[in-house]
Amino acid sequence: MNEATAVSGGRTRVSRLTRLLESEKVLAATLLAPGVIILAVFIAYPFVMAIWFSLTSIRVGDTGQFVGLANFAKALNDTIFQQAFKNTVFYTFWATIFKLALGMWLALLLNRHFRFKRIVRASMLLPFIIPTVLSAFAWRWMFDPTFSVMNWMLYHGGMITDRLPFLSSGDWAMWCAVLVNTWRGMPFFAITLLAGLQTISPDLHEAAALDGANSWNRFWHVTWPLLLPVTLVVVVFSVIQTFSDFQLIYVLTGGGPANSTHLIATYAYQIGVGSGLLGEGAALSLFMFPVLFAVVWVQLRSLKRMDNA
Amino acid sequence: MARITRRRFLQYSGAGMAGILAAHRAPVFAQANTVHILRWNDFVPAADKVLREVFAPEVQKALGIKLNVETVNANDIPARATSSIQSGNGPDIIMLLNNYPHLYSSAAVDVSAIADEVGKAQGGIYDANAQLNRVGGKWVSMPWSVVPALIAYRKSWFEEVGAKEFPKTWQAYHEVGKKLKAAKRPIGQTLGNTFGDAPTFTYPLLWSFGGQEVDAKGKVVLDSKETAESVRFMTQFWKDAHDEGGLAWDDSNNNRAFLSGDISASLNGASIYVAALNGADKFKTEKGAPLHTDILHSPLPAGPKGLHGYHTAFNHMVMKYSKNAKGAIEFLRWAHKKENYEKWFTVQKGFAVGPTKDWEKHPMWNNDPVMKPFQSAPQLQKRLMGYAGQPNQKAAEAWNKFIVTVMYAQACSGKMKPEESVKWAAGELGKIYTGS
Repeated sequence: MNEATAVSGGRTRVSRLTRLLESEKVLAATLLAPGVIILAVFIAYPFVMAIWFSLTSIRVGDTGQFVGLANFAKALNDTIFQQAFKNTVFYTFWATIFKLALGMWLALLLNRHFRFKRIVRASMLLPFIIPTVLSAFAWRWMFDPTFSVMNWMLYHGGMITDRLPFLSSGDWAMWCAVLVNTWRGMPFFAITLLAGLQTISPDLHEAAALDGANSWNRFWHVTWPLLLPVTLVVVVFSVIQTFSDFQLIYVLTGGGPANSTHLIATYAYQIGVGSGLLGEGAALSLFMFPVLFAVVWVQLRSLKRMDNA
Repeated sequence: MARITRRRFLQYSGAGMAGILAAHRAPVFAQANTVHILRWNDFVPAADKVLREVFAPEVQKALGIKLNVETVNANDIPARATSSIQSGNGPDIIMLLNNYPHLYSSAAVDVSAIADEVGKAQGGIYDANAQLNRVGGKWVSMPWSVVPALIAYRKSWFEEVGAKEFPKTWQAYHEVGKKLKAAKRPIGQTLGNTFGDAPTFTYPLLWSFGGQEVDAKGKVVLDSKETAESVRFMTQFWKDAHDEGGLAWDDSNNNRAFLSGDISASLNGASIYVAALNGADKFKTEKGAPLHTDILHSPLPAGPKGLHGYHTAFNHMVMKYSKNAKGAIEFLRWAHKKENYEKWFTVQKGFAVGPTKDWEKHPMWNNDPVMKPFQSAPQLQKRLMGYAGQPNQKAAEAWNKFIVTVMYAQACSGKMKPEESVKWAAGELGKIYTGS
């Protein structure tokens, strides 16, 4: 082959490729391919494997056999799982409510003009930036049954005569977990809602004020409706993260006392990894899927309705 | 100095990589006789130092094995073992607690030859440890050590409330404990979801009242009047004599509480005493004496059906996926030789004892009378989890779900009445053992 032919062959290849990419379908498929491959490998494959595991009696080192829905039936009959499910709903519900209320309040405050505004805004993100494991350890020390600094302060401040059972009472421990989750997740709400607030034109507030609306009415009739789409997205993200939370409980209480703070994720870990029952662990964790799917579905429908309105 | 140009670097590295790919094997430096062992962060840090600074160079010299010691929190070992087994890649040897060898038996290399050799040469492996490591007639892991759990208590505080010696029965312990708690010196005991101190307390308590999880045929018999009696006793004992924060303790809280003078007694390995001994200047009694001079050890008290104890077993499993199982076995054989094992054993000062009876005869036991009760503590271990059945996978599942511990914790916390808690626990065991 002489040089001229090679060059002409190269040009033919290039022009073919160019022509191919000029087709919208091919170009779209090419551009989508990397994303699809990543989703397939890191999301779809583990998800499908989890479903397959949940239908088998797989244990560590033993592939097991197909058992149909037996693992799901066992989970439904398991009182620890029932408790973990209730705990997860309770934990998610209250933590989300607190994060939303406090995050909104914080966002409204941060939206005002004051000195060192940027530093304060940046520092609000600290709880969100610190790795959960580290902050959970710090909280665990603060709630320590024997050496709690909070008990020490309250005791020496004359406010209590006996130690408060932060982590040693089931109810207290669950509220402590909600508190820590709120502390950690609130900055995400605050910063995201703040971004939403800044897109609302001040003219609308001025107009409402001229019409005689007080601050509550301005919030309720101007800010809140305009912030709703952002709020909905933040709440859904938060619900997904809180419902599947693992690290915080694992470090703070280990699911105790007496299983009072077990969440679905911590219990699934205890069964799947601690006891080597991978099939049962997978089935337990898959109970999160329909709940989270329903949450996302409701959110998408609501957003669509808002877009159409 | 010769300059290496970018072009030359790429040529060399490209040629090297091509060679590796063509040969289908790793370069020589990666094929060295390396043994990677995964263990817990020992509560006696000096013991880990022996592994890294004494064992590693010595086994390199003796057998040409490069020992890579990795240590993690004991609670995290099951996660590492599971991921290693499922991925077929990881440490050559994994340290497993208690009856975990039963859970991972299908991923183990048979180490019966070493167990037989060591047993024969060193007075025999304790029966309980043999049961924990033998599955289907073969040794799936090699017992390395036992950490006996005994009660560490403050001699002077017990004497001040009239106890000249440690109470022999649960009832007597209850009476003494009431006085101690009244004097703001409660007993400290974890009933939390934690691997060591909680089950090593609750299982022997259950047995000493005559309760048991299953009968010899594997039928769940936990819901009995003996079990209910033990839970009723513990509920009252908890309220009258214990630091109630123990419901949230892990395995380290009682160490800190004891060393800071907040509790008068606690079931533990010898780590409280060893820490007090090593920190004699730091840990003092209220009178200014070194704390270790006021600590004694005792087995748990006896109940209506005798005295029981549970001691945590530490075992080494050579993994089937290992590319160097031969080297791993050779390392274990070398490490168990008396002259080598002794170096690790003596720094433990009795916190961990040997897996064979000969180690009870070691002269180290004459050094410190306070540690004497640990010398033959493994002999007290007559029962294992899953009693009167086998310490098998089902027993491990019940243990890992903390069912027996939670049974007591629910009653002590007031979450359930004792009888309700027993019924709950029996029901949960039933689901594990019979699936109903």
